[in-house]
Amino acid sequence: MDFTVLRDLAAGNNWWAIWPELVLGCLALLLLVLETVLPKSAHDKIPDISIAAQLGILLALLFNFDTSYHETFNGLIMLTPQGELMRVFFLASSILVSVLGRVSLKGRGVPRIEFHHIVLIVAAAMMLLVESRNFVMLFVTLETVTVGLYILVSYYRSNPKTLEAGLKYLVMGALSSALLLFGIVLLYGVAGSAGLTGRTTAGMYFSGLAAFLDANPHNFMASAGIVLVLSGVAFKIGAFPFQIWVPDVYQGAPTPVTAFLAVASKAAGFVVLLVLVTQVFPAYDWLVGPVLALMAAATMIFGNLAALKQSNVKRLIGLSGVSHAGFILLAVASASRVPAAVGAVYFYLVVYLIASFTVFGVMTILAGPDDTEQEVSDYSGLAKQSPFLAGVLGCGLGSLAGIPPLAGFMGKLLVFTAAFKAGHYGLLAVAIACVAISIYYYFGWIRAAYFNDEGALSEATASRIGGGGTLLRVTVAVLAALSIILGFYQGMLGALIGG
Amino acid sequence: MSNPSFDPLLLSVAAPLALAALIALGLPKKIVVKLAYLVFALPAAIAVYLWWGFAGAAKEAHGYAYLSEYSTGLGGFGISLKLGLNGISLPLFVLAGVVGLAAGLYALQSKAERMKSYLLLLLVMQAGLMGTFASVDIFFFYFFHELALIPTFIMVGIWGGRDRTHAAMMMTIYLTVGAMLSLLGLVAIYAKSGASSFDLLAIRDALATHPLGEVTQKHILGLLLFGFGILVSLWPFHSWAPLGYGAAPSSAAMLHAGVLKKFGLYGLVQIALPLLPLGFLHWSHPLASLAAVGNVLVIGLVTMAQRDLKQMVGYSSVMHMGYAFLGLAVGSVLGVGGVVMLMVAHGLSVALLFLLSTSVYQRTNTFDMHQMGGLGAKAPVLAALFVTATFASVGLPGFANFWGELPIFVSLWGFSHCLTLIALSGTVISAVYGLRAAARAFFGPQTEAFARFEAQKPVEDIAWSERIPALILIAALLFVGVWPRSLSTAIDQALARPPAAVAASR
Repeated sequence: MDFTVLRDLAAGNNWWAIWPELVLGCLALLLLVLETVLPKSAHDKIPDISIAAQLGILLALLFNFDTSYHETFNGLIMLTPQGELMRVFFLASSILVSVLGRVSLKGRGVPRIEFHHIVLIVAAAMMLLVESRNFVMLFVTLETVTVGLYILVSYYRSNPKTLEAGLKYLVMGALSSALLLFGIVLLYGVAGSAGLTGRTTAGMYFSGLAAFLDANPHNFMASAGIVLVLSGVAFKIGAFPFQIWVPDVYQGAPTPVTAFLAVASKAAGFVVLLVLVTQVFPAYDWLVGPVLALMAAATMIFGNLAALKQSNVKRLIGLSGVSHAGFILLAVASASRVPAAVGAVYFYLVVYLIASFTVFGVMTILAGPDDTEQEVSDYSGLAKQSPFLAGVLGCGLGSLAGIPPLAGFMGKLLVFTAAFKAGHYGLLAVAIACVAISIYYYFGWIRAAYFNDEGALSEATASRIGGGGTLLRVTVAVLAALSIILGFYQGMLGALIGG
Repeated sequence: MSNPSFDPLLLSVAAPLALAALIALGLPKKIVVKLAYLVFALPAAIAVYLWWGFAGAAKEAHGYAYLSEYSTGLGGFGISLKLGLNGISLPLFVLAGVVGLAAGLYALQSKAERMKSYLLLLLVMQAGLMGTFASVDIFFFYFFHELALIPTFIMVGIWGGRDRTHAAMMMTIYLTVGAMLSLLGLVAIYAKSGASSFDLLAIRDALATHPLGEVTQKHILGLLLFGFGILVSLWPFHSWAPLGYGAAPSSAAMLHAGVLKKFGLYGLVQIALPLLPLGFLHWSHPLASLAAVGNVLVIGLVTMAQRDLKQMVGYSSVMHMGYAFLGLAVGSVLGVGGVVMLMVAHGLSVALLFLLSTSVYQRTNTFDMHQMGGLGAKAPVLAALFVTATFASVGLPGFANFWGELPIFVSLWGFSHCLTLIALSGTVISAVYGLRAAARAFFGPQTEAFARFEAQKPVEDIAWSERIPALILIAALLFVGVWPRSLSTAIDQALARPPAAVAASR
């Protein structure tokens, strides 16, 4: 047998290019090894080891920030500056989830090390997901992410609401994977059909498929495949009409996992969508454009209207997350026409990460024994008894609401400017109305925390305002400061996404 | 262009922000209060210094002096912090400095609960105000406005009077909608102009060579007019104003009604009028009718019916904004110049009225004018100051307001006789409610309720710590009233520049 083919293929694998993913994977395994090797008394230190090691990787990534483009693994993976930014993004998310998990998991009688293990695996898979340029690669990494999240969502398994959330996420996730897979198969099949111009066997590769679609810009089967693929991705980002799972799952999942879902999983979906829209489906802009525009409008309207009447903060943040997905979709819908929209998406994702984790951090500190029941009214009078937590919460919520001078406003501005340049005037009108509506429900939360009309904190909540540990408290303070600083000065990040 | 090593404009924004940051980091209260005197005085001093030097300062393109530019990292999106002053922004920059100083001094003597947080928000507001009028980049113009606006909501919500939560919510939603609409309008100008940045000068240059079509101008101006209109309480979008001001703590009301509210008018004068002249022509008649009938006549009559002193001041400020819109609708150099003068004059006088009505409240324990009476005999100096403020607000010659209203009326006569008559009847209305308020509060017999309160807490005349901020405002009103040229020369020069479209056609 001739092995030269295999040797040639292997020569195309640049393992060094995916060192952050490999190191994360090894770290995840190391955690499990440590659990068996170390004595029980030292198990408390394992999450700290995980966080410290991740910080090390983060620093190494930042110091070796690679802004070049190169393909490796025979075109399965493409390294780009945006991909590098998303590596930092996912690593930051996993660090923050670990920090929240370290506090939230205490005293709940669930295995702790496995939680940190899965978070690392999921983060590594997300990195590979946004770097993939091949549908098989995309599907496999996506499933790694989703399967990991199935476990994490139902992690507090003694709570019925959490189990319900886990089941819902499993069923919905499986459905969306099926849609995505069906779409991929249709596209691959039609790309290989004999008798069509430009037919190709490389239909699994983004570049190969894009070339085929360019040659056949009005093929019905391809259109059906594209719509199915878009639907599969829409599930991940919680876009209308695939958002139904969001409130229940967000409420039931442990708070750190909710944060992971809301930020990292959603961001991964958006980056995939962005890559597909700008690099694979441009020939089908006649189809993708209207679909995305419609989806953006419906998502914004649904998310904001549904969030109006929520009193549970986890549901509120989940539905407001749906509306944020709508705003980002607005930028994605403009991306094929306005290049600046791509930068706007990345900027929005980064500020969303910072603001969301600020709020989730405060929620983790104040969460009671039942993690699923956190009400807005629990926050009334917070500012009086803990100005620190109230201030941090204010920065996070203000940034989510898009209030200047916080970073969230810059995100919205860049998105709106891009949408205006792309000529989406109707969508902008919807977006403006939605921003006004969103102020109302964020304001309700702020009002509870700041204006002393509705009584003081309950004793149970008041006993927790000093908790959370130094690490988490410092983390939320840093995040709040970042929200303010990024509002005034965007520096390197601005240069990176603007260039 | 190289930045000056000492940039007073940047300092006027950075100093209040720096102190606010120090407060957030936990500076002890004693030092905070001492530093706050200094930091509130600094922007005012800088403003006066720049005003003094403006005539002799080097003017670059489009009549701007003191230009400087700083990168914030979003150069790729056309955003950078560009500061400078021209003849239109200079008077408002000075206004912001002076009213900021008065509001700051009044806050420092007010013994508000949680003083440090109160000062923090007020300082952020002050920084935002200085930045708004010093910005040449229209993105930062908007950004600084919002920076000043957000503290207002929080201050109303926490330190406000009765109905504060409702008022805070109403203000937040109304003003956010207004701000979003105007932001959309500004983005539209930037995107349609084809300029590579949000820099107003770059946009002017771009539009001078390629003016926008009439339909585009009409639409963008519509957005700006309603967006800014909500912020300036154009009738019928005014209902947040009396409610909000009625509930707001005095320093916040002074800064908002006095300075921040002028943002919308300033935006229309500085940005919309020169860049979208054809759009303006289209909208000028509806705008003038709305302002004359709605703001001046209807709100004037509503103001007359008020019993609550603070609400009355709030409504009167809505009414005076009607004159400003009328001058704007005329669009001549005389009319718009009058608008700029009126913005300054009204800002000073309404801040003074809010300050004094809070002082009245502290002595009578009520804002209801029917429950007051006879305060003049107990607090003669307060009475004198209040009557002075009323005269200024009515537009008596000798005060700055006169030089705002007169040019507007004169230019309005050529625009529409009928509207001029309505506007003139407004001056009678404002004299009636102004003087009646002074009479009810200070003269006549003392009411029973007031006498009972006085028995618990003897009335003292206005203290020096309250007097000084009031005197600063009165001095400014008189200075501009006696020597209007100190401002009008600069305004004239800026306005007499031909608008972009006209310059291009030559």
